[in-house]
Amino acid sequence: MNQFIPHPSSFTEIGMTFLFEPLAYEFMQRGVIASVIVGVLCAVIGCYVVLRGMAFLGDAMAHAILPGVALAYLFKGDLLIGALAAAILVALAIGFFSRQGTIKEDTAIGILFAAMLSLGVALISTIKTYALDLTHILFGNVLGVSINDLILTGALALIVLVTIIALFKEFLVISFDPVLAATLRLPAELLRNVLLILLALTIVISLQTVGVGLVAAMLVTPAATAYLLTRRLAMMMVIAASIGAFSSIAGLYASFYSNVASGAAVVLIATIIFLIAFLFAPARGIVWRGRQ
Amino acid sequence: MNIIPREPAHLEIENITVAYNGTPVLRDVSFRVPHGTRVAIVGPNGAGKSTLFKALVGLLPLRAGRVLIHGLPLGHHLDCVAYVPQREEVDWRFPVTVADVVMMGRYGQLGWFKRPGKNDYASVARALAQMNIAELARQPIGDLSGGQQQRAFLARALAQEPHILLMDEPFTGVDAATQEATLGLLDQLREQNVTVMVSTHDLNLASSRFDQVLLLNRQVIAFGLPKMVFTAAHLADAFGARVMQLDGVAVVDDCCPPE
Repeated sequence: MNQFIPHPSSFTEIGMTFLFEPLAYEFMQRGVIASVIVGVLCAVIGCYVVLRGMAFLGDAMAHAILPGVALAYLFKGDLLIGALAAAILVALAIGFFSRQGTIKEDTAIGILFAAMLSLGVALISTIKTYALDLTHILFGNVLGVSINDLILTGALALIVLVTIIALFKEFLVISFDPVLAATLRLPAELLRNVLLILLALTIVISLQTVGVGLVAAMLVTPAATAYLLTRRLAMMMVIAASIGAFSSIAGLYASFYSNVASGAAVVLIATIIFLIAFLFAPARGIVWRGRQ
Repeated sequence: MNIIPREPAHLEIENITVAYNGTPVLRDVSFRVPHGTRVAIVGPNGAGKSTLFKALVGLLPLRAGRVLIHGLPLGHHLDCVAYVPQREEVDWRFPVTVADVVMMGRYGQLGWFKRPGKNDYASVARALAQMNIAELARQPIGDLSGGQQQRAFLARALAQEPHILLMDEPFTGVDAATQEATLGLLDQLREQNVTVMVSTHDLNLASSRFDQVLLLNRQVIAFGLPKMVFTAAHLADAFGARVMQLDGVAVVDDCCPPE
């Protein structure tokens, strides 16, 4: 009997091995860092996505960057730069088409999203290794992150986070009370475009870890979870970022040990955390409200 | 005292036309409000009361005419117009506390990239105390009762230290305590020479507690002292068949908005 129960000290040993073995591989180290950056960034900007009701926009923007990636691939350019150009173009185009009130914003998004996705698929279908490349773009390839990718990801993430912190009160006002924003003479249109560009940058950075197919989940799920747990925006961002980071790390480990796709594992873990909060969150969870 | 206008606030509206979603709502509206005046804006549903307010804060563009504050066009005075929105216009599920909302009133004076300082926190605390909701400062805005929510927005308007305060339907659907708190605030603002414009359905309140009345229905029907404005002819012009005279008191059947 005794021989089946490891000595207590070997529990910690097993735990240590479990935690550190994957990190022996450099591609895992880079993957973990990239995942955490993306998890944090998506979660923070995701708070505005959730509060301003931009989930559809985020998802659409993710798909709309496909032609940019495809063109960069065809011309052997940097995929991130191609994606970035496409994302910013789409963000501004959505603003342009819906600003006059000629068509509703979600209609403009729907049209652009489908058109850009089709263009992207058309371009990629001309490439020979079509299936594999498309899979990487749609679902990410976190273990293929190079050191250059990592530097670019870190730099872009820093720009986005610093902007969100610097413009915290301006973004708060245009999101909570557009009328006050107008009386304070804030340039609401400009701020909205800045927010769209930050969202575009975030989506581009996420391309490598979770891919265009799952980025919407990283934008929405941690932020929606945090929304259930706090009633202040700054705290919501901190909690969302923690959930995003934790899901990213846990997802990568799950992927390493059970060989499931990493992007999917990250999103599934974030979803489990959301479900727990949805059931048990103080004051707002279903179980809590049932007890009242 | 909380509000010390740097100069008397006077407001001139000259022949403004304002459209909402392409259709003109207000046509050729003109009136002048001397500083420190308390004006009630009265008219049927859809008369353009909220539209007028939104034009005054610069939220809706003017199709024609101009708005002058202190003799200068809109936009020259960054922080001098405060607006208390109707309760339906606010997203009450947004994660902000009462103190956060009141602090937003300070943002205009703070400017870009600056964090609130000691003065701003003191101003917020004063405004909360003045509206008698200091103990609610840390509560999420969505947990408040309707009256408390309105007082939070009045406190924000106070923290803004405006020269001109616009209030959209502050007496509709609130408890008696909030109505009294709002009227008390109007009295204080009068002492501080703040110009106040309030839209209301309550004609008796408009004639008893306000200096001037603007009777509006897509255009100015009448503007001036309450007793000059509230004549049977003017009221019939504004409200049509929905106004009745009962023992000399005007009663408006306006509970069900005509859609």
